[in-house]
Amino acid sequence: MGLDKAYLDIPGTTMFDTDQAAKGYHLNQFAMSLMKAENRERFKADENGYLDEWAMTDDQKQGVRDRDFNRLLSLGGNIYFLAKIGATDGKNYVQIVSSMTENDEHAHKEMMINGGRSPEGNRYLHEWADENTDEATNESKGDN
Amino acid sequence: MAKITASVYTSHVPAIGVAMDLGKTDEPYYAPLFAGYEAGREWMAENPPDVVILVFNDHANAFSLEMVPTFALGMSASYEPADEGWGARPVPTVEGHPKLSAHIAHSVIRDDFDLTLVNDIPVDHGCTVPLSIMFGQPEVWPCKVIPVIVNVVQYPIPSGKRCLELGKAIRRAVESFDEDLDVQIWGTGGMSHQLQGQRAGLINEPWDRAFMDRMIADPELQAAMDHVDYVREAGSEGIELVMWLVARGAMADLADGGEPVEVHRHYHVPASNTAAGQLILEDSR
Repeated sequence: MGLDKAYLDIPGTTMFDTDQAAKGYHLNQFAMSLMKAENRERFKADENGYLDEWAMTDDQKQGVRDRDFNRLLSLGGNIYFLAKIGATDGKNYVQIVSSMTENDEHAHKEMMINGGRSPEGNRYLHEWADENTDEATNESKGDN
Repeated sequence: MAKITASVYTSHVPAIGVAMDLGKTDEPYYAPLFAGYEAGREWMAENPPDVVILVFNDHANAFSLEMVPTFALGMSASYEPADEGWGARPVPTVEGHPKLSAHIAHSVIRDDFDLTLVNDIPVDHGCTVPLSIMFGQPEVWPCKVIPVIVNVVQYPIPSGKRCLELGKAIRRAVESFDEDLDVQIWGTGGMSHQLQGQRAGLINEPWDRAFMDRMIADPELQAAMDHVDYVREAGSEGIELVMWLVARGAMADLADGGEPVEVHRHYHVPASNTAAGQLILEDSR
């Protein structure tokens, strides 16, 4: 019997469930280690060396090097853990969050001031697939 | 005897704390948000609690993936603000109430809730931002705090119904504590927001406002809502709103008492990536 994962039908969203947590355990624990100031310094001084201390996959390590948060979400990362990588880079949540969307930081901030991203057209996978073909997941709606 | 006197509901957006810590609350971006908090602070000054039972979620600060407790209760005499990666917030140490914690643990576990009891944990913005919102910037927090930490980060999280029932059990525990204490219970998190993926930035004001209405008028109906509906309508992090149901469950009307009285409501978009909401309900007496 399969489990009910109704949330897989929501576009542009990765639910951090127990399967994702299993996939991302070492990635998230690495990110968690950046809570400590001395680890942030060690990571900044030698990213590759620091990453090699963790039992992460090569894809996960590359995702960290690229600061590709969408990729890291798909590889089992959770946003609250991943945010510590952003914090180590001196980024705030608006900068971290906007990097996962079609908007740059300024456009994202404007969108939020104007009421945020509307749920209209953003509730179901098919709403994104209908709108566009191959780039559907990158062409979300930033209007409101 | 200890009494639950009120419930407070509020977002706990980190940027709200940062704005206060850096003295930015008068800036045009933040001014309307903080103006809306004034009435709540005035009410709080007139209705100071001895203890706040503060329901929030940890955001990968006290708990890594080594342990993911669904419901955790803080047992300590004090809790330090966490360094979440940007350095710890410059706010006072949060002081606990070990005796009431011990009583709640005993009562609530015997009431069929398998709480995880925790000591020596740091508290993150989920705990300190609501304190800043309600109390401003005092030298010491003016009351004791008992953290109730709910997992809403790793799915599955507890159901709305389970959260409401936990609130009822906490009320039974508090009201059987043999010491005169004015106890408030605060449910925090939300409102609509999504911090991850291409859909990040989602806000749903009509849904948030309807949620507040249901929280007051029909919490049992709200408690029956599926998680997926929170995520679809209010964003992947909007699911934090189930924690408001813990506080709501502790109100008298769900224990055959009178209806609570709404004394304040505030809603503002945006606070960083989030819709900020606030609600204060006095218990019927």
